[in-house]
Amino acid sequence: MSKHTLSVLVENKPGVLARITALFSRRGFNIDSLAVGVTEHPDISRITIVVNVIDALPLEQVTKQLNKLVNVLKIVELETGSAVQRELVLAKVRADNETRSQIVEIVQLFRAKTVDVSPEAVTIEATGSSDKLEAMLKMLEPFGIKELVQSGTIAIGRGSRSITDRSLRALDRSA
Amino acid sequence: MPMTEQATGAHHPQPRPRSGGQQSAPVEHVTGAKSLIRSLEEVGVDTVFGIPGGTILPAYDPMMDSSQVRHVLVRHEQGAGHAATGYAQATGKVGVCMATSGPGATNLVTPIADAMMDSVPLVAITGQVVSKAIGTDAFQEADIVGITMPITKHSFLVTKAEEIPQAIAQAFHIASTGRPGPVLVDIPKDILQTETTFSWPPQQDLPGYRPVTKPHAKQIREAAKLITSAKRPVLYVGGGVLKAHATAELKVLAELTGAPVTTTLMALGAFPDSHPLHVGMPGMHGAVTAVTALQKADLIVALGARFDDRVTGKLDSFAPFAKIVHADIDPAEIGKNRAADVPIVGDAREVIADLIQAVQKEHAEGHQGDYAAWWKDLNRWRETYPLGYDQPEDGSLSPQQVIERVGQLAPEGTIFAAGVGQHQMWAAHFIQYEKPATWLNSGGAGTMGYAVPAAMGAKAGAPDRTVWAIDGDGCFQMTNQELTTCALNNIPIKVAIINNGALGMVRQWQTLFYNQRYSNTVLHSGPEDIGPNKGTRVPDFVKLSEAMGCYAIRCERPEDLDKCIEEANSINDRPVVIDFIVHEDAMVWPMVAAGTSNDEVMAARGVRPDFGDNEDD
Repeated sequence: MSKHTLSVLVENKPGVLARITALFSRRGFNIDSLAVGVTEHPDISRITIVVNVIDALPLEQVTKQLNKLVNVLKIVELETGSAVQRELVLAKVRADNETRSQIVEIVQLFRAKTVDVSPEAVTIEATGSSDKLEAMLKMLEPFGIKELVQSGTIAIGRGSRSITDRSLRALDRSA
Repeated sequence: MPMTEQATGAHHPQPRPRSGGQQSAPVEHVTGAKSLIRSLEEVGVDTVFGIPGGTILPAYDPMMDSSQVRHVLVRHEQGAGHAATGYAQATGKVGVCMATSGPGATNLVTPIADAMMDSVPLVAITGQVVSKAIGTDAFQEADIVGITMPITKHSFLVTKAEEIPQAIAQAFHIASTGRPGPVLVDIPKDILQTETTFSWPPQQDLPGYRPVTKPHAKQIREAAKLITSAKRPVLYVGGGVLKAHATAELKVLAELTGAPVTTTLMALGAFPDSHPLHVGMPGMHGAVTAVTALQKADLIVALGARFDDRVTGKLDSFAPFAKIVHADIDPAEIGKNRAADVPIVGDAREVIADLIQAVQKEHAEGHQGDYAAWWKDLNRWRETYPLGYDQPEDGSLSPQQVIERVGQLAPEGTIFAAGVGQHQMWAAHFIQYEKPATWLNSGGAGTMGYAVPAAMGAKAGAPDRTVWAIDGDGCFQMTNQELTTCALNNIPIKVAIINNGALGMVRQWQTLFYNQRYSNTVLHSGPEDIGPNKGTRVPDFVKLSEAMGCYAIRCERPEDLDKCIEEANSINDRPVVIDFIVHEDAMVWPMVAAGTSNDEVMAARGVRPDFGDNEDD
């Protein structure tokens, strides 16, 4: 098993996300995480998919099948070394007067934020790579995580080049 | 309400009166429904197969006024879908079917899936409940876009009347280009009723759809080198060659190289069966020579084929010595099942045309393939293990002989459409296919009941050609209602029911793998005096066919065979059905049992071919 992060640029039209998730399920590809949002161009959405690939179904087959979808404009694999990857977590951690300061210390160590405090709990917002967030959650676990919500990974390549440039040109040409 | 049946005059597709040409036509003020019909006229549609109903009803009103679009009122939407694919494969044009929302649309699911598996250009137009009712479980509502998402190449849910021309133009473009396939256009009833404007051509807006047709020159050179240096090459030809209209090019390439050609079930007719370089069909029920040629090959040149499991058998033991050149218009097929040494993405016609030049260049440089030893092996297998069958000892009709004679007595240019099962394999084996677009069948999906509606569609598209449906008695009972459509719309197809009173192919597996325990495969539609699976002659196919307006006869004795077929061939004013009562124990051979290696091909029951390599058995 190996994980790969794909940035998929798609036309911002109804039903496109359903086409992509349906493709993954019917071809037996495993989605680890998924995040969708509009890009700087309102006609294009960007879907970041972390896909778990087993040997029998290589990544190439995933991208080729995705490329066959008419609404898919472009697929780029973003590799860890040359891309910034981020996830967001919101976690409600059990806290009382004794443990609160320890929790806040961990939050600071991981450059996270406390976004809500109540007598029994602290709510923490943290962004980072999945490794970093995993490490933070491990530290917080002994205090008792009452509720946890995580976003899918989003990623962007390092450097000045934009992966949307060429797709935008394609879109302009057709217009 | 009958729209076209018994209509006078408009029985044949009209030549396409193209209006407008390149310059854009003036804007017309129309309803969405009229805009739909005008769009169909502009893309050149001459035939639509369908059934009206609540939500699609608005479209049927302007359809009545169209002098170009002939609507064939079928008896079941599945028939409309298969008729459209039969039409498409016989004519090379996009097939069109139309249905109402809910059950009308879901009845199209099987033919849409069928068209997807066999890459047939099809546009399905469905009515949808009014926009504001979508998502409320309204009467006859079904999310047909969602239901068909995995089995369409693309689909459109039209949300504004002014989008209709663009949706139709794009649907036909997507269906017919690249790797062809089915496209669904779902239109809510209120959109069809809305006043809108129509102008043609609409703007194309498909930034994510760019099929690659031109092959890469370096890969072509690489492939040509492999072809001329191979000792045991095989050209493995699939349906893509027919779709790309590349049969003339294929003949040149084959004769230039001298390599053996095998044509898959989807490619019968792509290369003449009678050609000395043709070694037959590969696969589970392929010719021993074709199966073995692939197994022993040192080079397989796959042209518009997809290494389907019915061709490869157990994948990890398929063609163990072969390098693979894989050319296909769909990049996702390359490397999907079998890794390719030389991947080529492109249209089969351009690929083969370029390969011809590259091979000629290799020849000019003195690199010519020497396949003499290979042909010695191939010819030995061909002589030792030809396709054949035994006559039943009890004097009953042999199904293989029936099909063979139907093929031999058919007029030049006859189109054959088969259902799915034993009769399909026998029709693949014992009818000679010499030209493209002469063989229609459900290859990938294996849809029983394909033959009658597909034959109807083919005949509607090619009224001057004879169309024979080769059907089983199981298949026939799934879709025979379209014979009524044929009778009423002057679509005189011919149907040969290969009636063994059983679901023959499943029964064959029960004979071979389930200790002759015939669980639920006996249909009892055969004659009364053959036991132990005693027939009841229910239904009586002759009476049934007569009731649907056909000329029908029964044929039970070998001595009547030719007379019956000739009689059928001589009647062209209405559909003809022959109920051929055949022996129930006939089996399809050769066979590679499911899940086993193609090395285990059996030429006949208990007959394992001897290739002189069984020393260690």
